Amino acid sequence: MTLDLKIDNPDPSHRPDDLAQGVLGTETDRPDGWAKVAGSATYAAEETVGDLLHGVLVRAPGIGAVTCPNLSDVRAMPGVRAVLRDDRLIRNAAQGMADEAPVQGADAADYVGQPIALVVAESFEQARHAAQVLDVVIQTKDAPTDPSAVDPEVPDDKQSAMGDLDAAMAEAAVTVDAIYTTPSMSSAAMEPHAATAQWDGDTLTLRGSLQMLKFNRNELADSIGLPPEKVRIMAPFVGGGFGSKLGISADCVAAALAAMELGQPVRVVQHRRNVFEVNTRRSETRQHIRLAADADGRLTGLGHDALVSNLPEERFSEPVVQGSHFAYAAANRKLGVQIARIHRPASGSVRAPGESVGVTAFELAMDELADKAGIDPVELRLRNIPEKDPESGKPFSSHRLKEALTQGAEAFGWSARTAAPRQRKEGEWWIGTGMAAAFRVNMVIEAEARISLRQDGAVVRSDMTDIGTGSYAIFGQIAGELLGLSPDRVSVELGDTDYPPGSGSGGSFGAASTGTAVWLAGMEIRRQLAERLGCDETELTLKDGLAIFSNRRVPLEELLCDGPIDGHGHVQPGDASEKVRQATFGAHFAEVAVNGVTGEVRVRRMLGSFAAGRILNPRTARSQCHGGMIWGIGMALTEELTHDRRDGHAVNRDLAGYHLPVNADVPPLDVLFVEERDDWAGPMQAKGIGELGICGAGAAILNAVYNASGARVRDLPATPDRVIATLPD
Amino acid sequence: MRPFDYQRAEDTAAARTASRAGATILAGGTNLLDLMKLEVMAPERVVDISRLGLNRITEKDGGLHIGATVTNSDLAADMRIRRDYPVLSRALLAGASGQLRNKATTGGNLLQRTRCPYFYDTGTACNKRTPGEGCAAIGGELRNHAILGTSEHCVALHPSDMAVAMRALDAMVEVEGEDGTRREVALDDFYRLPGDRPDIETTLAPGDLITGVTLPAPLEGRQQYRKVRDRASYAFALVSIAAIVRMEDGRIADATLAFGGIGTRPWRDPEMETLLKGERPSAALFAKAADVLMRHAAVHPGLEFKLTLVTRLLSATLEEMTE
Ligand SMILES: Cc1cc2nc3c(=O)[nH]c(=O)nc-3n(C[C@H](O)[C@H](O)[C@H](O)COP(=O)(O)OP(=O)(O)OC[C@H]3O[C@@H](n4cnc5c(N)ncnc54)[C@H](O)[C@@H]3O)c2cc1C
Repeated sequence: MTLDLKIDNPDPSHRPDDLAQGVLGTETDRPDGWAKVAGSATYAAEETVGDLLHGVLVRAPGIGAVTCPNLSDVRAMPGVRAVLRDDRLIRNAAQGMADEAPVQGADAADYVGQPIALVVAESFEQARHAAQVLDVVIQTKDAPTDPSAVDPEVPDDKQSAMGDLDAAMAEAAVTVDAIYTTPSMSSAAMEPHAATAQWDGDTLTLRGSLQMLKFNRNELADSIGLPPEKVRIMAPFVGGGFGSKLGISADCVAAALAAMELGQPVRVVQHRRNVFEVNTRRSETRQHIRLAADADGRLTGLGHDALVSNLPEERFSEPVVQGSHFAYAAANRKLGVQIARIHRPASGSVRAPGESVGVTAFELAMDELADKAGIDPVELRLRNIPEKDPESGKPFSSHRLKEALTQGAEAFGWSARTAAPRQRKEGEWWIGTGMAAAFRVNMVIEAEARISLRQDGAVVRSDMTDIGTGSYAIFGQIAGELLGLSPDRVSVELGDTDYPPGSGSGGSFGAASTGTAVWLAGMEIRRQLAERLGCDETELTLKDGLAIFSNRRVPLEELLCDGPIDGHGHVQPGDASEKVRQATFGAHFAEVAVNGVTGEVRVRRMLGSFAAGRILNPRTARSQCHGGMIWGIGMALTEELTHDRRDGHAVNRDLAGYHLPVNADVPPLDVLFVEERDDWAGPMQAKGIGELGICGAGAAILNAVYNASGARVRDLPATPDRVIATLPD
Repeated sequence: MRPFDYQRAEDTAAARTASRAGATILAGGTNLLDLMKLEVMAPERVVDISRLGLNRITEKDGGLHIGATVTNSDLAADMRIRRDYPVLSRALLAGASGQLRNKATTGGNLLQRTRCPYFYDTGTACNKRTPGEGCAAIGGELRNHAILGTSEHCVALHPSDMAVAMRALDAMVEVEGEDGTRREVALDDFYRLPGDRPDIETTLAPGDLITGVTLPAPLEGRQQYRKVRDRASYAFALVSIAAIVRMEDGRIADATLAFGGIGTRPWRDPEMETLLKGERPSAALFAKAADVLMRHAAVHPGLEFKLTLVTRLLSATLEEMTE
């Protein structure tokens, strides 16, 4: 039986607080943790498969029509089984939730690095060598690769205005009018994209490294020309995704085509250098931010205009101003995103698309405003918290920015700060602190899950993925809480399209969406148990394997002697988003040291305080926040995917050249959660946490750089040369 | 990776013979294997020298002899190095990561290839990879590139930290030639400037094997290695300085300065060192020294920051070491 829920209205019942098992909200271990550290959790390229062939993608070294003059020589090389130049090869990874094939074709390259062939051989080494030997000749065509060199598209639905911002700027007591830039960035997930495809003449089975299987199945089926029922995808363990594995990737389609053509299993692993090119990057942005405020720092106007880029025919554009729509009150507003159609590698969703770069730049501007107005940066934010959604007038479902700011400031010791820059020096190092607010939209998407309650425990199933986030742990806790079982009696099976379609991992919606489906499945089982016992579900207590009501205590085994009880949960977003504005909020605080000679920056400590509804597992939630904050360090200081100015290719496409923060860059990180119950967030009152931690984190660091040294860096990342260039003498 | 033959040499003669016959020497492999996977280097044969017993550090003529396969980790941790040649220990520890230093060898570090991304990218033109093909780096995205010693054919940087410290220490490279005779080559004569053959990086002849590096008796004075990089660890130098400074009566008696991150080879400038010698330290003197160092700089777009950075770092280093 299925329990359906459409989220149309608030649920004030707070049922999790009444349940007896006491595991939801606790620091439960990840059940997959041991397998991961011991190496027994297999990632996409680690599955043992007999008769396996190896495929290596061949990249286009230019933009234009492609020919391979020595194709037949390469086909004759030792061990080579095929060189696929198939029109169904995909140009780049599909966008998140595309649900259909992305742009396809191998005859021409739209960007440098596009995969235009797959070489398949008996060994990986043979395939790699043959791929290198394959001569790829490009009839180079003129294609713009610089976003500032083209007339951008100005889509109507991405522009909005209220009041008169120009007038507000002219009349304001204090203004900020500045341009901020962020570079292309890469998810650089630890596990490179990889796929192993098997074809039995009827059904294609693919072991992939993917985030959203129900969409990926349709994308793959559409790409290779099979009906979706003939495609099964499995991804039980995924070594990070951060958006780069939302859509079907080039390795999957190529492996599938090769397996179908050769009738043998084929594995394709993207080389680390492919990873930076053929999957989606975070677009570079150019952000023009205008702030108008009265003498008390109350915003009278705000403007946020962004330029981003993508390849022709890609529907995604980085939604830079998404957070600015609701972050602060101001009567006069102008927001917009423009898109430059250029021939760099495709851009797409990367952890917190929109707010990660948009909030970061906006919070840099807010710091400049605080400085100019002579108002404490925390106080400035507090003064501008809107009472309702500033544009639609809808109420907020819940708003805990004030608490995040004040509790965070208190825990960080913000009051000890000196407002003026360049006040504290240790040797060559200037020391200072900075802060920023964090904002992120909250989403629920359709999801299903099934629980089977058996005498030996419960089994939860969904095609939902765990990309390192903690899905396995959380679903075990939810089912355990509802059914009165300790989590070790709940086995969670994920990442298989044979299971009910979950939400997939993306947009921070996994735990709350698929988690709610698990909740509903558990509720359905409780309903059936109550029916068997002749009581009302709300009167039933399930704890430690016992069903308790009135003064009866019945072991669950007894109730299940006739067979397992199944429950199916199905959640859908309703019209809640038309009634309320829902978001998550937080605040970041950072202390940094800036070398006055070399411009090097070292983060000395960071604290983030976050409000994201009920925290289902503080350990996995904290770990998500740590990841976001560390990425903030990268965004502020080190990460930049450089494009060649002539042909747009990704120049520094390896982990020695693309500088992710390393251990030595990461100081102690503190995370605190602000208590929140958002009744509009479904029966568990839980919201997304996976992306909030990155939003604005980099701004806190750069604002601290200013407070420490007086260097105001508006072009990210703040590498030593950029710091020196803005350091006062 | 192109298929290749692997041979493990049992003695230096076997290694030389193999090398003369066209085999490429494999030491720690931390650079060579990466380049082979990308087919930037595609030797048909490699000869492994890890079992030649060249992994010892011994005393020699008041200085030290470092075997060619002594790892960067072992060298950095050696008590004699830490005590008498701290600049070298610090330079080593500022390089790469712990795992890489455990594999990387002294000889391999000297001969590591540039990190110019265009050199690594067989989809672009590179004179160092294929002489005469052109240089895609010039006119492209420059950061880890040189401003001294460059030519119109190549702006690739020598990326080593270790070699910068060795250059300041007047280290000699011990080479066993084709016929088995050993000779010593000063680091100053070891690295070539790129000119029109950037593919030829040293004065080594085919069949030459590096057997070790000799450090002369320790110098008097203070030693320092400073490295500016894009992240706190595991990044190549934007600019680095190995400095050995001896003061006498408030004057600079000797200043030996070698630079990384700016030259096509580990850089030293005798004229600049002479300028400092016998002078009283002052901001004006340090600024003049930087001007002398930079007098022949060829600064391509994107590298302007190196002028500022090297000037600031040089002044701060000298200020600290002469106080
Ligand atoms: C990600 C990364 C970061 C790094 N960061 C730094 C850094 O910050 N600073 C730094 O200085 N270095 C850095 N390195 C480079 C590292 O120091 C070198 O890779 C290493 O020193 C090479 O030593 P090896 O023994 O592994 O050489 P191999 O890779 O084995 O050989 C390198 C070259 O030397 C030749 N060769 C080796 N030994 C001999 C010999 N005895 N006689 C003749 N020829 C020989 C080989 O034929 C080959 O051409 C980094 C490397 C990586 C991969």
